[in-house]
Amino acid sequence: MQLFDTYVQKLKYKVLREVSRHAYEGTLQDCYLDIPKLISPGPKSELRCCIYKERAIVAERVKIAMGGNKEKPNVIEVIDIACDECPVSGYRVGPDCRGCIAHRCASVCPRGAITFDANHHATIDPDKCINCGKCASVCPYSAIQNHVRPCERACKVKAITQGENHVAHIDDSKCIACGACVYQCPFGAIQDKSFLLDAIRLIRESENNQKYRVYAVVAPSISSQFVHVKVGQVITALKHLGFFTVIEAALGADMVAYKEAQELAEKGFLTSSCCPAFVSYIEKSFPSIREHVSHNLSPMAEMGRYIKQTDPTAKVVFIGPCTAKKGEAQRECVKEHVDCALTFEEVQAWIDSRDLDLQTLEVGVLDNASYFGRIFARSGGLSDSVAQALKEQKIDFIVNPVVCDGIEECRVALLKKQKNLLKENFVEGMACTGGCIGGAGCLTHGPKDKSEVDKYGHEAYEKTIADALALWQQK
Amino acid sequence: MMKITICIGSSCHLKGSRQIVGELQKLVAENQLGDKIELAGQFCMGNCQNGVCVTVDGEAFSLTPETTRAFFEKDVLPRL
Repeated sequence: MQLFDTYVQKLKYKVLREVSRHAYEGTLQDCYLDIPKLISPGPKSELRCCIYKERAIVAERVKIAMGGNKEKPNVIEVIDIACDECPVSGYRVGPDCRGCIAHRCASVCPRGAITFDANHHATIDPDKCINCGKCASVCPYSAIQNHVRPCERACKVKAITQGENHVAHIDDSKCIACGACVYQCPFGAIQDKSFLLDAIRLIRESENNQKYRVYAVVAPSISSQFVHVKVGQVITALKHLGFFTVIEAALGADMVAYKEAQELAEKGFLTSSCCPAFVSYIEKSFPSIREHVSHNLSPMAEMGRYIKQTDPTAKVVFIGPCTAKKGEAQRECVKEHVDCALTFEEVQAWIDSRDLDLQTLEVGVLDNASYFGRIFARSGGLSDSVAQALKEQKIDFIVNPVVCDGIEECRVALLKKQKNLLKENFVEGMACTGGCIGGAGCLTHGPKDKSEVDKYGHEAYEKTIADALALWQQK
Repeated sequence: MMKITICIGSSCHLKGSRQIVGELQKLVAENQLGDKIELAGQFCMGNCQNGVCVTVDGEAFSLTPETTRAFFEKDVLPRL
């Protein structure tokens, strides 16, 4: 049974599962140094140059699973010793070079970096090359390719560079914590800090929800996750883990759609505030657009706020596909509403650490939101919902959205806005391609994810936003 | 002020808590009791089997959309 897309995810999962086990047994402080040996028993190394390095890296993963470096606010961290320092950088001539006689590559090179060997094959002098890419664009055989490190290629906001000793370095002033590098680094050298221990502590200290109640708020992208079981079985598992009850974050999305429609009609132009990585991108890279960011909380935070209105001592744990949500949960304006944010990866490890067999659990129910709240999980869903909310509230305003699927499309729209060239009046920004279903904290990513979200949306008991919000009073 | 709390957790929601909310909102308006009765929601009251769960100033009741009017007349109005 394939639980994950990559072995890096599986390794992270194993570490989290062991950390969780020890946390429950009360042996974590004494035994966390034993986890590397358990995961890499040896004597031969399976993943690295020697068993000692392999275990040393697992030890770093254990630290991150236990919350990571508290001094650093960024929830994304580089494990220096896990970085392969991959040498694949810059333009190289590959075997497809025919040794032609046109020499277009050498002609366009502004630095004279290209020479020809005895077989007439082009070679690039890395000391002279400035990575302009002109040679690659003119080669008739497409024989010249830009070898970029996977982390740098994944990071579309260009926050990753080679630091000291060629180890990946994250520039926190640019990083939006989207987690793309976490998912793409082939060596698992960049990881998201886990707050699983905080969630476990919240539940244990609640003394079976007697001292206070702990609520799980689950993102609608769960519809494309845990593919081997029914969503309802995951809900039952969460209750076995000790949550008082489980609520859809999509109900918060219904609320956000209503408020966003009002704010949009009032201001005439908005950029969405649901995706914390997109908001962070505007704050860090497009400060002049900051005033246009919707003042609404995200669906996660709105839902947490509503729960705490109905139950003032409640604790709220968000469960979703997103690494950036972990950072959002720590923001000043959000931390009073949400106590901790976890990913689906972490929840899978938590469930398995308690030896709960998802497949044999009874199918619980999860139904709070409308179709429109649920489709927030995919690109375009937010815009559809805002249009619906305008209609339901009879607001005379036509939303003309630019749906930005992934951070590169976000950048294009924001650049246009900066130059006053954007004709649309609403920017739906989702940092991950496909929307939240493309999030780095997902267990799996597949081509059918979008249709799974729509199917799940149609299964909602409530068909309109107004019906889902029957008792909600906007504050 | 009397507080009627309706469970809006998943299980009660699927058994019709929204319809009960609508019915109660209508009855409160019809009887002009908006200043005497507060309607509130709560996510789960821990008694899902007997939903839809409703409490009146802390006392528990089990309703369906069909029994809501009778409940209002028998268990709510006399307490005011």
